[in-house]
Amino acid sequence: MAYKGHKINPKRFEKGQIKIILMVLPLVLITGLPIIFIIFHAFKPMEELFAFPPKFITTNPTFDNFRQLFKASRSAGIPLSRYVFNSILITGAVVFSSLVFSTAAAYALSKLKFKGRAAMLQINQIAIMFVPVAVMIPRYLVVNVLGLTNTYWAQILPLIPLPVALFLVKQFVDQVPQSLIEAAYMDGAKELQIYTKVIIPLIKPAIATAAILVFQQVWTNIEASNYYVNDDGLKSLAFYMNTLTSTTTTNTVAGQGISAAASLIMFIPNLVLFCILQNSVMNTMAHSGIK
Amino acid sequence: MRKTTKISRRENSNKAGYGFVSPYAILFTIFILTPVIMAVVLSFTNFNAIQFPSFVGFLNYINLITADEVFMQYVLPNTVKYAIIVGIGGYVLSFLLAWALSNLTKLPRTIFALILYSPSMTTGIAMTVLWKIMFTGDQTGYINSWLMELGVINEPIIWLVNTDYLLPIVIIIGLWSSMGVGFLAILAGILNTDESLYEAAAIDGVKNRFQEMIYVTIPSMKPQMLFAAVMQIVGAFQNGQISGLLAGNPTPQYAAQLIVNHIEDYGFIRYEMGYAAAVSVALLLIVQVFSTISKKLFGDD
Repeated sequence: MAYKGHKINPKRFEKGQIKIILMVLPLVLITGLPIIFIIFHAFKPMEELFAFPPKFITTNPTFDNFRQLFKASRSAGIPLSRYVFNSILITGAVVFSSLVFSTAAAYALSKLKFKGRAAMLQINQIAIMFVPVAVMIPRYLVVNVLGLTNTYWAQILPLIPLPVALFLVKQFVDQVPQSLIEAAYMDGAKELQIYTKVIIPLIKPAIATAAILVFQQVWTNIEASNYYVNDDGLKSLAFYMNTLTSTTTTNTVAGQGISAAASLIMFIPNLVLFCILQNSVMNTMAHSGIK
Repeated sequence: MRKTTKISRRENSNKAGYGFVSPYAILFTIFILTPVIMAVVLSFTNFNAIQFPSFVGFLNYINLITADEVFMQYVLPNTVKYAIIVGIGGYVLSFLLAWALSNLTKLPRTIFALILYSPSMTTGIAMTVLWKIMFTGDQTGYINSWLMELGVINEPIIWLVNTDYLLPIVIIIGLWSSMGVGFLAILAGILNTDESLYEAAAIDGVKNRFQEMIYVTIPSMKPQMLFAAVMQIVGAFQNGQISGLLAGNPTPQYAAQLIVNHIEDYGFIRYEMGYAAAVSVALLLIVQVFSTISKKLFGDD
């Protein structure tokens, strides 16, 4: 029998898939193990943290580590809710602006011809390749000169341009056929309409992937709170969690449980967002319009 | 006729393009490009972060090549080893796993993708806690405890100080966390491949899944393959977080010292910012070379 070509994204379960699952499963388990470990560790009571030989699985789960975490924040003077609010505000503002700006720029850089286009792409690529630690001090100087120090802006504006996100979205816009855009143009659509009505719906997987990426970068960002802001009331949750885990000494066994709890709290929003957006990331587009 | 001339004008110089680009371009110029240029300029100076930088020409670069023994003896070989294993290994693994997942139905695919991507969602704090506990140097450490129970070792190994094990541990953790955004992009790319292409290829004589992968899947998702390749290269050369968090900076006897750790060592411990900037520029050039190669492979126009 001639080979018929298999189906990507099968709708039903077939026997052939068992082979693939068996091949992938060991790697998936190894990858997932440390995450499961953090979850177990966060709920371990003191005597299990100290247990010898060390136990992987938690037998008597408790919220003690989380309670300790909240207690530490209460004694610090600034309520935890303030950090949560700051982080939500900063992350929301950055993710929204970053996605709008990157998709708009990606559309122009991929589909519109204008002077300086190639150079901009090249510079953006180089920016991806420049190691972040090297620009930390110069960036601090820029924020300082602009007078942004000690404001929310200092934690929002510098994070909006994310060269990786632009690069990612542009790679997907490249795949939208020129003929589709020309057809829309012939029908009288202006560039703005092509961007909102043609490009955006067709690159949803890219937008979802970029959203996951930008969210993660901002949500876990410590640098901005650390260097650009002195006022504790303006700092982010990630920064607070980081100071907490480094000051309650990660070396002590009791500190381990608290650190694991803090890691879990920071990890969960990422997880939730991924679960919400995964459908768009792994969305097989209807190929009616594309290609 | 008028319409065609309009289209050709649109293709050659489109003013609207500037409108779409400018919001991104303005913020990019202020917060990314300017600092990068400042860093490049600093690489030609002697700067201790307090006094005004003094111009020294190419001295930092000359020192890097001729006088930095630690760099040549430890940092460069470590980085090359790390980049080859984690870079290439991680890339091949990302592609194969994404391809395997695309052959599964939605539910198992979603769960697997989530687990494989999850290390990329953990933050720096999580890593310190997790791996330090795992690799604790006495018998209370999980790895030691397991290995001793299995009879592989009799004495606990001081993992994070032992220079033989440090780099391999860093490499394993690097591989563990290498299913990142590149992996997601590849997965999205494969799932977006036009299915009619597979049918057409089967008629044209493609005989099995492997041939399909080579002749249909990869060529139809070059943009994603390139994106993932660049991300992998950048990630492989710019990772210093793992070594730093596990073993401090500098790592014991420079056993797991990577270029980024070297930059941090000079920039934030010795306050020789000019030299640190020069090493960063050198790193940029290395990454650029490999990115250019991958662009040739996946034809970026």
